[in-house]
Amino acid sequence: MSMDLIIEAKDVAKWYGAFQVLKDINLTVRKGERIVVCGPSGSGKSTLIRCFNRLEAHQKGEIIVNGITLHDKMRNVAGVRKNVGMVFQHFNLFPHMTVLMNCMVGPMWIKGVAATEAKKTALRFLERVRIPEQANKYPVQLSGGQQQRVAIARSLCMEPAVMLFDEPTSALDPEMVSEVLDTMTSLARDGMTMVCVTHEMGFARAVADRVIFMNSGQIVEDGNPEMFFTNPQHERTKLFLSQILKH
Amino acid sequence: MLYPDTVEAEVLVHKPWFVATMFAVILAVFLAFNLTGTTMGELMRPVIGDPLQSGLYGRFAVAFVVAVIFSLNVVLIGFAPLKVQIAIVWFELLMLFLAFFETFHLSRPFIWEKLPFLITQGAVTTLYVSAISIVIASVIAILGAVAKLSTNGFAYAIASFYTSFFRGLPLLMQVYLIYLGLPQLGFVIDAVPAGILALSLCYGAYMTEIFRSGIQSIDRGQWEASRAIGFGFGITIRRIILPQALPVIIPPTGNQFISMLKDSSLVSVIGVWELMFLARTLGQKTFQHMEMLISTALIYWIMSICLELIQSRIERHYARSKVR
Ligand SMILES: Nc1ncnc2c1ncn2[C@@H]1O[C@H](COP(=O)(O)OP(=O)(O)OP(=O)(O)O)[C@@H](O)[C@H]1O
Ligand SMILES: [Mg+2]
Repeated sequence: MSMDLIIEAKDVAKWYGAFQVLKDINLTVRKGERIVVCGPSGSGKSTLIRCFNRLEAHQKGEIIVNGITLHDKMRNVAGVRKNVGMVFQHFNLFPHMTVLMNCMVGPMWIKGVAATEAKKTALRFLERVRIPEQANKYPVQLSGGQQQRVAIARSLCMEPAVMLFDEPTSALDPEMVSEVLDTMTSLARDGMTMVCVTHEMGFARAVADRVIFMNSGQIVEDGNPEMFFTNPQHERTKLFLSQILKH
Repeated sequence: MLYPDTVEAEVLVHKPWFVATMFAVILAVFLAFNLTGTTMGELMRPVIGDPLQSGLYGRFAVAFVVAVIFSLNVVLIGFAPLKVQIAIVWFELLMLFLAFFETFHLSRPFIWEKLPFLITQGAVTTLYVSAISIVIASVIAILGAVAKLSTNGFAYAIASFYTSFFRGLPLLMQVYLIYLGLPQLGFVIDAVPAGILALSLCYGAYMTEIFRSGIQSIDRGQWEASRAIGFGFGITIRRIILPQALPVIIPPTGNQFISMLKDSSLVSVIGVWELMFLARTLGQKTFQHMEMLISTALIYWIMSICLELIQSRIERHYARSKVR
């Protein structure tokens, strides 16, 4: 195993009752790699990336994140999670805290960083997502796009080794999508390791090192964007692409 | 507030049909009762002559005047701004109540003589028994709610048994069971701790359900975001979930506190010198029950009003993050 593997999944399988959501997933994510995951609804994309920070448990196979193997009996799941940032479809900001506090609590309560230090970090990353002026507002006072950028800043404040995005733009109005995608693109330019579930094919083309296509729990396509868009191997992929690129 | 529509409707109490109906109903009601023998009849003496001799005419005149005064009052209040309306209506209802109490011909000196003791002993005991109980009950409620939501079979079983049992028995019976039952097991317990224990356990059971539904009302995404950052269960529940659940939890908890304030009167049966106990015993010697009961009722009421005010304060505090 080389040291620069951030996520390594081997023969991962998962069931909900009798229904198998993930089937023999094999996937590696290297340091600095940008991966876009796409596929039809219900194909298990969310489930897969939620396994990477153990919001979901897998039942078979092995997932190693940042050198730590994820399993049922692990003592220190927080040790993994603090290195894995996650951005959700519905932002999930803490509504009872200001934007600034949202970004400060992670470092303060997990790493024991002093408040002044945490505030500096928070402001730096709010600057990074270009909304430092909203720092003292509450999340409800922000637009969807701004909230999602705060959510990204909140994850960045933990200085994670990898960021997971689960359809970060699909709950947004069209004109807010680009401000979030711009933020993600600039993160990618700075070398952040990212696994991103999204149907924004423009983003995939511009940013991704690899595009992964999932269908009913399996990875059916795993290659560079060029190949993925011009010469997909699988029938299901062709159908998906024709539907999604039609508009 | 209900949703206020921006289209101004005509004020209800200014619509002719409403005023007319109100007037007719009141006239009919007061015609049905003969008021000529009351203070109202006395006041009308210049118009109707001797009230007792005035017959149907007197009866009608009195009812008519009452109906006019009432309707005029309502119509006039309709012109006032909202806050003033509320204040006037409160004031008038209060006056009616005091007038009602006045008809008992209570002995004021007796009340003034006993009032200090009623407050320093009775109200203080009631307050501190309730306050301690509500604090213990809240702690029980948090633990119970977490247990009831957990996947641990033992925790769930114990918590649901507890809530089922203590919600299922009358509070009065719990007071007796604890005060008289615990000594059987060798724990002799004073009346005050026994009362506090009974109140805490009973209200803890009700509040467990309040806290549980409060915690459940928080979106799953909040748990996920918190756990994904790496927060453990303790921080997540204390710093993320409960603060958001509080606006949901506080109104019914305030209700419970007010209700407990009054239910604490049940511990008077085991001889705790709280308000209710004193109300019943102080007036006994001289058969001045009504004096003590009414004063006590007012003290209970005033304490409840204070709690309501405190509750609305706290609610406003937590409404902060909801404003746009
Ligand atoms: N908690 C659960 N219990 C049972 N089945 C579930 C659960 N969560 C997800 N599933 C099922 O697992 C499958 C994969 O779900 P998942 O959310 O990973 O899909 P997805 O690819 O992210 O889809 P979408 O594009 O709609 O977000 C779906 O068929 C879903 O119905
Ligand atoms: Mg999904």
